[in-house]
Amino acid sequence: MTQLPQSTDRKMGLVIDLDTCVGCHACVISCKGWNTENYGAPLSDQDAYGADPSGTFLNRVHSYEVQPAEGHAQLVHFPKSCLHCEDAPCVTVCPTGASYKRVEDGIVLVNESDCIGCGLCAWSCPYGARELDMAEGVMKKCTLCVDRIYNENLPEVDRVPSCVRTCPAGARHFGDLGDPDSDVSKLVAEREGMDLMPEMGTKPVNKYLPPRPKDTVEDQIDILAPLLAPVAEEPKGFMGWLDKALDKVPGGAN
Amino acid sequence: MHPAPSVIIFTTFSGLGFGLLYFLGFGVPDVSGVTAFVFFAIAFGLAVGGLLASTFHLGHPERAWKAFSQWKSSWLSREGICAVAALLVMGLYAIGVIFLGQRWVFLGLLGSILSLATVFTTSMIYAQLKTIPRWNMWATPAMFITFSIAGGSLLAGAESLAPKLMAVAGVVQLIYWAMGDKAFQRAGTDLGSATGLGDRGSVRAFEPPHTGTNYLLREFVHIVGRKHAQKLRIISFALAFVLPILLIIAPVDGIVIKHLFALFAVLSHIAGVVVSRWLFFAQAEHVVGLYYGKR
Repeated sequence: MTQLPQSTDRKMGLVIDLDTCVGCHACVISCKGWNTENYGAPLSDQDAYGADPSGTFLNRVHSYEVQPAEGHAQLVHFPKSCLHCEDAPCVTVCPTGASYKRVEDGIVLVNESDCIGCGLCAWSCPYGARELDMAEGVMKKCTLCVDRIYNENLPEVDRVPSCVRTCPAGARHFGDLGDPDSDVSKLVAEREGMDLMPEMGTKPVNKYLPPRPKDTVEDQIDILAPLLAPVAEEPKGFMGWLDKALDKVPGGAN
Repeated sequence: MHPAPSVIIFTTFSGLGFGLLYFLGFGVPDVSGVTAFVFFAIAFGLAVGGLLASTFHLGHPERAWKAFSQWKSSWLSREGICAVAALLVMGLYAIGVIFLGQRWVFLGLLGSILSLATVFTTSMIYAQLKTIPRWNMWATPAMFITFSIAGGSLLAGAESLAPKLMAVAGVVQLIYWAMGDKAFQRAGTDLGSATGLGDRGSVRAFEPPHTGTNYLLREFVHIVGRKHAQKLRIISFALAFVLPILLIIAPVDGIVIKHLFALFAVLSHIAGVVVSRWLFFAQAEHVVGLYYGKR
């Protein structure tokens, strides 16, 4: 049924640290790998080795430049996947009941055998988290690696989403954001984790930790600098004459 | 949004078909026998043809029947149910009018209401989407309904009513365009709120996540053709409303000329509405485009 549950027992989700992410795209590749070989239809590629390659991904890493009013611009790598929203519009628009939000852990999933591939859920998602697979004709989205996190065949350390397990920078965290005492909730509280597009009213479960403020680059780059003799002050002698003479020649830059 | 031919054909022709059914349900025009058969055949042809066209863009059309189940939450599901109910009720009503010489007034009224409800539910599929500010406004259902009624009156040959309804639809179209041009800004979503980084400075998309294109860009970021939008608006408005009104109120004599003019009015209206619907999709900007530094 595509009505949303009143509340979910847990709110499993990701916390993504924009301060730590180095933009290596390892999470993108591990996600594609795991989700192609496991739960649901594989994530297909079209014209993969041709002139116009494209394919289905559940996780993509953008990069943004933030230019503050003063100071240097900052580059922020920005992984984006399904935010498993509490008020998920993609679930309620689904005409067949294929899209649903689980009561036990809040994960938003697609029952692929009911999906007619109408695309309306992707239209309703502000984050671009859903992509219609061109080979299968069904909607694909992040499952929070539902086939890993409860999988007792895997070593305990691997029972987290593939992207989290893979991230070499430790920029991705997984846990219950509905429990205020969980590690992820504490992290969000401490680092003032934020929602994407809060004005859309989707109440995302996944949170983003903003980049920490950068050190400001002082004019004085070294405390020993004043003690060093300047390389050149005012030119003297022949160089001084040449400088003045060239200044008088018309057509200079000054 | 990508202006897929299937959805343009679907919204244009099913709107027109259900508009005609709306009038037939009220006994306009008051026809029976073979003439009634022709009118109902046109109405059903347009409505059913449009609905079938809409299934062409599905990934799995063979599962379309499952779409009747989620009427409690989904406008798309409600549309499916309304459409089938309208067609069934109007089918029964048509049997009475065509074969039995009976006009079952209550059944006709119910069919008319269901026909209009179908057009309304279609419009709400678009109007419900917060992600597309240009659709997320009351003018969207107003446009779909006034277009449907105006087109229906034209097909029903309601000579005195049609020009007035066309004028109303034309005004609603202008209001829709005026409101729509301001909608994205009014929604207040920009790259700053999309990334949550807006309060630190101006945010610019520096590098896309991949070198090629993807489903999202193909489906939601359609920029080609937008540069001709103003010209297309004028063409659409002239064809959909101005020319048909002039053709109907033109003081001509002779049944052949009158019918010929009416035919031209219908064709012109359809062409105009198709252009308007193309613009409806092509000009609609999905907020996800912001993540790619596009609109």
